[in-house]
Amino acid sequence: MESTARSFKENAHHALGDARLTEALARLAHGFPARRRDAAARLPEFDQLRDAARDIKDHVLDNLDVYLDRFEKQVIASGGRVHWCRDAVEARDAILKICQAADARTVTKSKSMIGEEIAINDHLEAHAIVPVETDLGEYIIQLRHEPPSHLIAPAIHLSMDQVADAFRAHHTDLDPARPLVEPRALLDEARTRLRERFLKADVGLTGANMLIAETGSIVIVTNEGNADLTCSLPRVHIALASIEKIVPTLEDAATILRVLARSATGQEISVYTTFVTGPRRADDADGPEEFHVVLLDNGRSALLGSEFHEMLRCIRCGACLNHCPVYGAVGGHAYGWVYSGPMGAVLVPGLIGLPEAQHLPNASTLCGRCESVCPMRIPLPKMLRHWRERQHATHESPAIARAALKVWSFLARHPALYRAVFGLGVSFLASLGRRKGRFRWLPFAGGWTSVRDLPAPEARSFLLQWRQRNPGTRT
Amino acid sequence: MSSRTDILANIRRSLARKPRVTSQSPADRLAALRPGVQPSRGRLPADRRLALFMAEAVRADATAEAVASFADVPGRVAAYLARHNLGAALRVAPLTRRDNIPWSKQPLLTPDFGPPRPEDSVGVGAAFAGVAETGTLVIQSGPESPTRLNVLPPTHIVVLRASAIVGTYEDVWARLRTERASKDGPTMPRTVNWITGPSRTADIEQTLLLGAHGPQRLHILIVNDLKDTVADGGFERG
Repeated sequence: MESTARSFKENAHHALGDARLTEALARLAHGFPARRRDAAARLPEFDQLRDAARDIKDHVLDNLDVYLDRFEKQVIASGGRVHWCRDAVEARDAILKICQAADARTVTKSKSMIGEEIAINDHLEAHAIVPVETDLGEYIIQLRHEPPSHLIAPAIHLSMDQVADAFRAHHTDLDPARPLVEPRALLDEARTRLRERFLKADVGLTGANMLIAETGSIVIVTNEGNADLTCSLPRVHIALASIEKIVPTLEDAATILRVLARSATGQEISVYTTFVTGPRRADDADGPEEFHVVLLDNGRSALLGSEFHEMLRCIRCGACLNHCPVYGAVGGHAYGWVYSGPMGAVLVPGLIGLPEAQHLPNASTLCGRCESVCPMRIPLPKMLRHWRERQHATHESPAIARAALKVWSFLARHPALYRAVFGLGVSFLASLGRRKGRFRWLPFAGGWTSVRDLPAPEARSFLLQWRQRNPGTRT
Repeated sequence: MSSRTDILANIRRSLARKPRVTSQSPADRLAALRPGVQPSRGRLPADRRLALFMAEAVRADATAEAVASFADVPGRVAAYLARHNLGAALRVAPLTRRDNIPWSKQPLLTPDFGPPRPEDSVGVGAAFAGVAETGTLVIQSGPESPTRLNVLPPTHIVVLRASAIVGTYEDVWARLRTERASKDGPTMPRTVNWITGPSRTADIEQTLLLGAHGPQRLHILIVNDLKDTVADGGFERG
């Protein structure tokens, strides 16, 4: 997928002025966090499970080569094939080759973020193969030629009217005057349309929430059941997954599943959790004849062992997005690439480079809500700071910010001077703002005052007041 | 260099920068198959597991009823179909034949055995297990259990033995390994489906709707065979 992360500031500005988006994000903020809280409260072991889930992935990452090797052996033993891909180009080609070998004309797809990462749909279309997204949200945004704006609710940014418009524009064989004013009518129309597609598809392409080294199984989680139709109806099933999705055993998968849905939607577990191992067996009643796993690295092996190592524990539940005040204000598209919210702000610079994603680590107030809800206990704020440090060290941060930091650090190391300078500034501002107690405008502070007032400071600094109230104590 | 070699070499190079803190080797972990943290809510005697399973399944928008024996299944299926104004044609997993369900007791029902066709409106399947902790059905694919049956027909009816209701997910894996250990080949069948409630979506304005791509209705008939089960909790371990 092409990145527009570089224009995060413009994207965000545009998003803040979009009333329909604001309304959609408000719905999100009211729904998911409360449901997550209730689900966590219902399970006394929830925090213990988060620890266990974190430990599983830490263990896997420390032994990733061993587990990948074991996973591959088991896939082969159960009759499947593994295609190792260093980057998006290799993964696209691997998938295209499988599709071409199967003489595929249509490919049904169940939601895959890796699919977005490698822009597989564009690649298939360019080679006259029709990809059909089958997750309802993904189907809607495919019609609108948009990327997903949320990990688990890809069309969260849209209103019902916008969905109806997309259906009228694309389902042109239906009566244009049909009423599409109920979500149920929209769902039924999509269900009917996609049912035909499911039955005719030559290849089914799914993602994978986990890969199990013990058995060579892949785990796919959905609520709609679209992944099950995708991987049971066509003749060929391709599962697309990145290398860090490995867990050792079926038991480990169970542990992670217990925190996944609760963190994501607040469900106890998603409706469909499907464990797929190889192609159909000789005497099976149904299932695909071929099973392929396309394993993608795309920069992840380089993150191992770095200060972003722990990011590879992420299970893409979306809890950090749902609880982020920045995501909640600007939505997912502003971030400009596949992943958004706090996890995107950490992961995207690692995958497409810090210069391209330079604004993302700064698109955070470091309030810490993301880390507090992360089922895998990923220290997201710490890693955002790591990116900022790198920007500072490599002079990628704005010159004015670096200069201001230099001045500040000089002052901070000279307390007397610090007090004198800030004391002067504070009393000057206080006298200026005495009448109203706030500023509607201030030079060099336009970024703040354009959207809110700046409170005027007290006349004397905190230190000065402390000393006057506690004479004799050292400060 | 092949991509495989290259990726594995990159991983090893990256990991070398960080000392391995692993207390357990991968080989040991794979051999031990250690269960992790299991919710205490699932640790119950068999009769209370049945009650918890039903309560959790209903929470997930399924419907569930207990019946005394397999002989009662046709009558309950007929009544369910009548309640929901559904036709009498059933697509039934051949696996249910092991249970000797006397379909002929309901002459109006027309059960058809085999993989589902697109036009089938009601599927009847047999569960390998039920998991009490979340009201989850576990269904294995196989020669007599087409996996499409779980998602293609808009109404899904599943027959589950009460004795097959276990406490936790880990209990399912333990039982699956034990039962398949005798057979040659992989531990896992092609597909193991965990199903918790009917299909749903909230992709349009966060409005929850049932019946997205899979069934809109999931009805579970639990045959209460607990009196016949000698060893209570036989599927549970340690």
